[in-house]
Amino acid sequence: MASGESILMVRREEGVARIEFTKKDILDESNIQQIGEEISKIIDQSEQPKVLISFSNVRHLSSAALGTLITINNKVKNKGGQLRLSDIDPQIYEVFVITRLNQLFQIHEHADEALSSFA
Amino acid sequence: MSEPRVEVVRISNDPAAIAALRDRVVRVLDEEGFSDASAFAVRLAFEEAISNAFRHGHKGLPADEPVEVRLRVERDRAEIVVEDRGPGFDPRAIPDPTLEANLDKPSGRGLMLIRAYMTTVEHNERGNRVRMVFQSRTSGN
Repeated sequence: MASGESILMVRREEGVARIEFTKKDILDESNIQQIGEEISKIIDQSEQPKVLISFSNVRHLSSAALGTLITINNKVKNKGGQLRLSDIDPQIYEVFVITRLNQLFQIHEHADEALSSFA
Repeated sequence: MSEPRVEVVRISNDPAAIAALRDRVVRVLDEEGFSDASAFAVRLAFEEAISNAFRHGHKGLPADEPVEVRLRVERDRAEIVVEDRGPGFDPRAIPDPTLEANLDKPSGRGLMLIRAYMTTVEHNERGNRVRMVFQSRTSGN
């Protein structure tokens, strides 16, 4: 279902789609689904997508949101692309550590660092 | 000595209703003086238990089928019981999502996070009710 209001802010910098969230909580199923759909479209638009997702505005996220990030990571990898995560709040980063997803994703402290890490 | 805060709520799978209850839980925790880290833990467990109840417990049931949430908060202890009306599940049958082979699977982390953040997590025999207790570490042992 089309939504008039995007949950994402997307800008392109040197071939990288830089994504931020407009909401501080990524919890509702419908929001998570919308995020997955919008980022999938960005991935589909590029042959070898380079995607940076910054969590600078995010204070809470659920395991369903983690699931969507994993699906996004799988899509990017399948296209030979690169995904980076950055600016994760320490409490949320702890969730990545507990689930060992900090080993699955390339996570950087700041977006600038993440940007310069793209090959 | 203040009395424990006790609430029993039935909610359907309506994002606005779930968000309102989430806000209510957060407010009660704040009023009872829970630290930011403790409130984060309880809120996360609440969120995952509600999500599990509707996504898995109520799979195939009508969206208006309610889930019952019981909340009991007193100073350094929060207890949340979430009971769905589904057939239940065997929590021991959930694969470990942190195993290498499961890391890139998009689901199966909710219960693990609940167990990581809450002090006690118990299911009933049928597997349609979870009781979760958060006990602040600052209280006496």
